[in-house]
Amino acid sequence: MASAFLEMKNISKRYAGVQALDSVDLNINTGEVHCLAGTNGSGKSTIIKIISGVEKPDPGSEIYIEGTPASNRTSIESIHQGIEVIYQDLSLFPNLTVAENIALSEVIADRRKLINSGDYRKTAKIAMTRIGVEIPLSSKVEELSIADQQLVAICRALTGRLKLLIMDEPTTALTRKEIDSLLAVVMDLKSKGIATLFVSHKLDEVMEIAERVTVLRDGKKIGTWPANELDSRKLEFQMTGENFEYSHNQEVVNESEPLLRVEKLCRTDNFRNISFKVMPGEIVGITGLLGSGRTELAMSIFGMNPADSGSILLDGSKIKLDSVRKAVKHGIAYVPENRLVQGLIMEQSVSKNTVITIIERLLKKSGLINHGLKESRIEELVDKFKIKGPSVDAAVSTLSGGNQQRVVLAKWIATNPKLLILDGPTVGIDVAAKGSIHESIKQLAAEGLAVIVISDEVPEVMNSCHRIFVMNRGEFIQEFITRDVEEREILDCISSAE
Amino acid sequence: MKTLLTKMNNEMKILSLILLLTFALMSVLSPSHFLRLETFQGMAFQLPELGLLSLAMMITMLTGGINLSIIATANISAIFSAMILVANVNPDVPASGDAGFIILAILTALAVSAVIGLFNGVLISIINIPPILATLGTMKLLQGLAFIITKGYVISGMPNAIRFIGNGTIAAVPFPLLIFALFAAIMSVYLNHTSTGFNIFMYGSNPIASFFSGTSNTKVIIQTYVMSGLYCGAAALVMMSRFNSAKAGYGESYLLVTILAAVLGGVKSEGGFGQVSGLVLSLVILQIISNGLNLLGVSSFMTIAIWGLIMIAAMVIHFLVEKRTRLKLSRMS
Amino acid sequence: MKKLLKHHETYLVIIIVILSAVITSRNANFFTAENMFDLLKSNSFYGIMAIGVLFVLISGGIDISFPATATVAEYIMAVVIINMGGNIVVAVLIAVVVGSILGFVNGLLVYNFRIPSIITTIATMNIYYGLLTFITGGKWIYSLPDWFRSFAQIRLLTFYNADGAAYGLSIVTFIWLLVVLAAVFILRFTLLGRGIYAAGGDRKAAVRAGINVFFTETFVYTFMGFLAGLAGVVQALLVQTVAPNSIVGKELDVIAMVVLGGASLAGGKGSVTGTLLGVALLAILQNGLTLMAVPPVWYEFFVGVVILVSIGFSSLQAKKKSGNTSVIELSLEEAAE
Repeated sequence: MASAFLEMKNISKRYAGVQALDSVDLNINTGEVHCLAGTNGSGKSTIIKIISGVEKPDPGSEIYIEGTPASNRTSIESIHQGIEVIYQDLSLFPNLTVAENIALSEVIADRRKLINSGDYRKTAKIAMTRIGVEIPLSSKVEELSIADQQLVAICRALTGRLKLLIMDEPTTALTRKEIDSLLAVVMDLKSKGIATLFVSHKLDEVMEIAERVTVLRDGKKIGTWPANELDSRKLEFQMTGENFEYSHNQEVVNESEPLLRVEKLCRTDNFRNISFKVMPGEIVGITGLLGSGRTELAMSIFGMNPADSGSILLDGSKIKLDSVRKAVKHGIAYVPENRLVQGLIMEQSVSKNTVITIIERLLKKSGLINHGLKESRIEELVDKFKIKGPSVDAAVSTLSGGNQQRVVLAKWIATNPKLLILDGPTVGIDVAAKGSIHESIKQLAAEGLAVIVISDEVPEVMNSCHRIFVMNRGEFIQEFITRDVEEREILDCISSAE
Repeated sequence: MKTLLTKMNNEMKILSLILLLTFALMSVLSPSHFLRLETFQGMAFQLPELGLLSLAMMITMLTGGINLSIIATANISAIFSAMILVANVNPDVPASGDAGFIILAILTALAVSAVIGLFNGVLISIINIPPILATLGTMKLLQGLAFIITKGYVISGMPNAIRFIGNGTIAAVPFPLLIFALFAAIMSVYLNHTSTGFNIFMYGSNPIASFFSGTSNTKVIIQTYVMSGLYCGAAALVMMSRFNSAKAGYGESYLLVTILAAVLGGVKSEGGFGQVSGLVLSLVILQIISNGLNLLGVSSFMTIAIWGLIMIAAMVIHFLVEKRTRLKLSRMS
Repeated sequence: MKKLLKHHETYLVIIIVILSAVITSRNANFFTAENMFDLLKSNSFYGIMAIGVLFVLISGGIDISFPATATVAEYIMAVVIINMGGNIVVAVLIAVVVGSILGFVNGLLVYNFRIPSIITTIATMNIYYGLLTFITGGKWIYSLPDWFRSFAQIRLLTFYNADGAAYGLSIVTFIWLLVVLAAVFILRFTLLGRGIYAAGGDRKAAVRAGINVFFTETFVYTFMGFLAGLAGVVQALLVQTVAPNSIVGKELDVIAMVVLGGASLAGGKGSVTGTLLGVALLAILQNGLTLMAVPPVWYEFFVGVVILVSIGFSSLQAKKKSGNTSVIELSLEEAAE
């Protein structure tokens, strides 16, 4: 029987009227790989803050570390107890060197006032050899790949007497290969008696090596299970409380004059020899791993990064796409993967965001904005997409993720596009809200739009698309008709290519 | 009244309150001097210079930028304009061709300032220099150019038509105030009723998302700085008229005051938010303080210090109000 | 060699060498020890303030108020030593204490109320300068004590030129040198220095890493004030008069020197070496124009050209490097926040 490193009993936390955590118990054993799962707002980040001492739990909560009571700790004390957190954004210093990034926290923890570059190179070297990686010590962190940056963050955590490593959504920005080497590092830590707590909002690769899974929902603990007893469907049910059944799109769109025809499109270092067509009313899925070139391809069709060779035909005529404006003018719309930065202007109002794409079409003869027309367009769009929020004049940032994505859809549908490209349409959106986004997409296709959905979630493309392409290393490696294929086949195709 | 109050945002409420307070304070401290038509007329003559320059600063701040070259732009525009006038028009001997040259001089001031705005816009949007550095460089360049052209001398002797711009009145209303009102109104319409104005706010909040929405960021930036330049040109005409001359280095102390006025008027220095109405309110506040203290016999330097204090007070109040609203919001959800 | 070319400083050295060569070819007096020592003396005032600005820029802020701070510190120092006597140590102490207090106020305002530093310091500049001029009535001070005058004449190394006139390493230059050494020490060898870089690179990450951001932030503004006070004394030593309006207005010039030296307004980047080179570039430019008998009115113009060309060059370089993907990369960075 393994001994518990961390025992949390009856943990509650209330913020200004919101019960973020409600009597949650959580145990993590020495050297255990544990996974904490829950949707956005389930209380995951609050529990990380409490474990790392950034926030204090409400009275009545009990925390024991290696058997001794530890309810009232600061973040520095928690680091001294061997607990380190790697946040999703990694929290590294882009302008400092690898060695400095790794050694800085040790210097701070030791309350040393002076530093010496020889010392911290040594510290960094030791940390790197512990997990058997080698990254140039004097490179600036901003010059590294995301995967290497993550290794730097792990090395930084290793400089102390690490007992528990908490990783918040570690795999979102990694390719499969990089995930594998990350998992190898975690297994190596395990063999040294270091526990790892993965925090995730979806079932992912880390589950392969997790021993137990704890699920949170609405601030309450739903339960803890051995990882091998859960599959993705069961976990999703526990996280959402709803049995969310992804349907399998059985329709096939009849052959007709294609709206978009892409022929032998190439762009150095991004993708090559891409040929496909999309008919009006058809939803075509492109799936593949991060780094397969799927986003780059979408951006080329949207005029961002013009392709080097090959051609794009819209409605049968060849078009030249070298700017976003041109693409929009041709009736191409793009819902970007990074909604917060590329898709929306968070501080501005819902109404302004919905008409940003068409403001030049809402002018009176005098060239001034026709505010009456503008308001009625906004009302129409908000109605059509059932956007819910405090008011249309409220900042988009006050909306939920699902409603935010509906604003992005609305602003593009406002342009009356012929082709709609969606990149990761439900990234970061709760399972429950995902379904309605998928419904909207199908609805739009039924209205005659040609749609491309790019996603790494196979169930998502299976649900909404009529045809699916698997992309790998910049090439389409296989085409599937959704009706005639099982999820397993597509997953196998993706993983075998790697 | 109640609907008006709820419609006003926090900034406008704070500003109106400060305006009322300063007005009341001045009326109490110096009723015999302050509450007189001449006082208000005096203010109306002084406000437009700073007002036009502040509008020029404001529009760049809305995009998250800044224009440090506004004073230098105004001076060089005035110098070119004054050179045309001095060479061709004798203020003491009216001639038939004068009107043509005066119009030419006015157009020259506006054209020069617009070209400088274009130059700034290109440096920022195409060459990619951060606005503060691009306009700092332009400022130095223009200051130097102004000295090189004038050798530091004053170009003076403006014809009456030009002098009227800054000193005349129409039905007891100072002409420069009318110019300012017109330009403020144009700016307000430009920002709130044109598509470029709309895009300026959007760009200011998030240039990436505005780019991904099909907006031409280059166009937005270039138009912003050309507009900013044009307002410097208008300010140049008013300054030239009030000083009855043009010279390198006039009004340099205005530069940082325009930023102060804009921020006090609710323009967010990060970009994306701000209205002409707020700026006008803040200009009136600054002007009342300046004139009021002047009437009380307090040195103009004290005025500068008090401007600074009010600025900080406004920012602190704003910070506290925002904090409370945020707390309230988080309680509600 | 390739590594050298990656550094901004290398380009600055190349530009300075070319500029010096051109000036020397036109006037041999430029490249003489006497002229060099003279440049080192007369630019120590800018050099000291530039170090302070460097710290503020690295931390991700900006300070517009330092010339006003320097003036206030200088004026108070002058009034005290004239009326109460003292010695150079007292004079320096008064100035740096006054400067530090004014800088500390900036730091508190920026940290506590999260007012953008440019706005805060424009406001405090108006307050400091306005109050000083209001209280003093803008009067100049000429009658500095004799010991103050003679201290300025001290040379640590003395040489004689062909005409028998003395020149050499001035005590004022030596003060600058001490400041430079202190700056290098703080930035390189203390946790505080790395903390300033870290907070300027990613403030949130710095808070998470346990860096005391309150301390780093108030420190940089206080240090800026400290150095402004010191620069005030140096200015008084150099010109032997104290005028309330002689320094104010120089803020953008000093910031330009530091930015030319490679510091980024976005924070997290900048070096003491680069800053010294930035100061040297503009100092040599000004000196060179004089020696080449170019009318002084051209100076500002050339400063503008130097700023636009050098910053424009590196900005274009950065744009080209990231190519069309610049927008994407930028957005990824922001997403990480």
